[in-house]
Amino acid sequence: MVKKYTFPMGGIHPDKHKITASCPIIKAELPPFVTIPVKQHIGAPAKILVTKGDKVKAGTLLADADGIVSADVHSSVSGEVTKIEDTPGAGGYTEKMITVKVEGDDWESSIDRTPDIVKEIKLTAEEIIAKIREGGIVGMGGAGYPTPIKTTLPEGKKAEMLIINGIECEPFLTADDRLMIEKAEQIIMGAKVLNRALGIQNAVIAIDENKPDAIERITNLSKLYVGVNVKVCKTKYPQGGERQLINAITGRELPSGKLPIDIGCVVQNVGTVFAVYETVLKNKPLFERVVTVSGPGCAHPGNYLARIGTPISSLIKQSGGQPDDIEKIVLGGPMMGNTVTNTETPVTKLTSGILLLNGAEFAKHEPTACIRCGKCALVCPAGLRPFAIRQAVSFNDPADTLRRLHVGDCIECGCCAYTCPAHIPLLDYCKIAKQEIRKK
Amino acid sequence: MNDLIIVNMLLLGGTALVAALILYFVSKKFAVRRDEMAIRIAECLPQANCGACGKAGCADFAAACAGADENEFANLYCPVGGAAVMQKIASLKGFAATDKPSTVAVLRCQGNCRNAPAKIIYDAVSSCRIAHRISSGQSGCPDGCLHLGDCVKVCKFGALSFDEKSGMPVVDTSKCVSCGACVKICPRGLFEIRPQSPAGGMVYVACRNKQKGAVARKNCSAACIGCAKCAKLSDLIRIEDNLSYIPPAVDAGELGSALQQACPTGAIIYKERIRG
Repeated sequence: MVKKYTFPMGGIHPDKHKITASCPIIKAELPPFVTIPVKQHIGAPAKILVTKGDKVKAGTLLADADGIVSADVHSSVSGEVTKIEDTPGAGGYTEKMITVKVEGDDWESSIDRTPDIVKEIKLTAEEIIAKIREGGIVGMGGAGYPTPIKTTLPEGKKAEMLIINGIECEPFLTADDRLMIEKAEQIIMGAKVLNRALGIQNAVIAIDENKPDAIERITNLSKLYVGVNVKVCKTKYPQGGERQLINAITGRELPSGKLPIDIGCVVQNVGTVFAVYETVLKNKPLFERVVTVSGPGCAHPGNYLARIGTPISSLIKQSGGQPDDIEKIVLGGPMMGNTVTNTETPVTKLTSGILLLNGAEFAKHEPTACIRCGKCALVCPAGLRPFAIRQAVSFNDPADTLRRLHVGDCIECGCCAYTCPAHIPLLDYCKIAKQEIRKK
Repeated sequence: MNDLIIVNMLLLGGTALVAALILYFVSKKFAVRRDEMAIRIAECLPQANCGACGKAGCADFAAACAGADENEFANLYCPVGGAAVMQKIASLKGFAATDKPSTVAVLRCQGNCRNAPAKIIYDAVSSCRIAHRISSGQSGCPDGCLHLGDCVKVCKFGALSFDEKSGMPVVDTSKCVSCGACVKICPRGLFEIRPQSPAGGMVYVACRNKQKGAVARKNCSAACIGCAKCAKLSDLIRIEDNLSYIPPAVDAGELGSALQQACPTGAIIYKERIRG
């Protein structure tokens, strides 16, 4: 019996719904135009380098990182830049986006398009980090923190372990799962690249036990490579959270307000690791990613390799179209994702899934009074008391009260709202509370 | 028998006397000193404890008034009590009362169901602050009213009510005391506390949308499109980010109706009389 790892505090077991787990990744059709946001990451928006009318190729740099906490943005198609303006995004709020009209499919000549897997790393740590920066890579698990910052070790800090997050604990999503099955060797090479950048020989690929194919494939391959190991984790949501995963794998608890590197860990998503491989060893910047299109309202669910900037309506059309009785469309997973009000919004570096939800399971429930059962506190993986946070928010309590409730430690996983028998949207209150404490 | 009664009386009386003396000295020694002036000022105040004056409550405001010299006193103002209360406090202090024009909260949005029809159904929690986080709202306007009434809930004076027909909050100017609670709660900053013009009127742009004219009009027919027609009438009016702002200094009595007529979308609202 293999030991299975998990975190001790809180967590829930939502229905998995991994209906696309056996659908191979297919290339999405090229849309007639792509809209590429200049801010797809945490930090400052990138500085736009192109002007209207410029001809670009797939992989051409469109916008340059502005400062340390920022990321480069590349064109995902070849064609002509037609618009650079504020365009409504997923929630209807406008963001600066670059629209490129698609003409053919020309890639930058520097990109290695052969299917061979490069197994030799000749670069030094600094060169690797510089390449990651040029590739515009950000954390593809959903947070969008620029990867070069995570891989650059701060003064006096030492990395002990690189944890590669292949948990994908959100229901429905299978993008990482399929990536691990189909691109196993590339991910392992990506892990070795990151190992080199961090100056360690200790990468652990953490995979949820509900992905037997990926576990088998990666385990068999990892035997051939030094410094890359696999650890199987028990199914529990939110195992894929950074803090939870570190706790599960190493047994170390990340103190409030500290970064993983403070306890010697670096956590990267498998999608990010694959992008690192492609950028560093194949010279291909991050301009496409795997997106799961799924949900009970989806006629032909599947995993698509989509170019960044593809309107989500195009992917929805390819997987059977949008039914009339749709309850909502969600970007990301059903637990943490956001409802979309504008289907013309593009796929970004962070879009892991597009879910078409309808039916009784996703219907809205009217919230009733809190019955003080404390279930929300029981399932909170951060050990918070969501009911108290909600009370403080609804009475407009000062930010100090919220700080005393440690609202800043909330990872917005949504366990509290999921488990609440009174259907109180506790997560929304926690998000408001986080906003309030950030204000002052 | 008599002896017993006398002994009892003396014993109890003596105890009472000692206790009374202790209580007397303790109450003298630990008495809470209160400023007579502050007490008298507090009696004049409306006791709404709304915090609109910038102090923690009415008692705090009274203490601030009591301790203020003439210059400091000029900066203190109770918007709930208004000029009448300030006059009373000033006479207690022996100062001249500060005169401020009467103010009222205005809603700078006209995105009702006719001007800005709903494009999506929002059925999550009935709170503007939550809806604001999720999306730009039912009409699609990223700066418009969300119609969920956080402002109505927060108003302590019953001055805000929900108009069922238009789906918009309405300010009852006779009840509004300009406490500013709605200004603070609105996630889109749609409320503004505006002073009346000398003639008692008011003119303002009822729109906060900063999108380009064509985009803004797509979502709401009463949006400001930044055409600058109003700016031609007065040098004080500024156009920034496709949005016009009429500062309170623009005299409503003089220019109000001209401004209202000049606006092609009807985003400028002119009221001849706010109160009375």
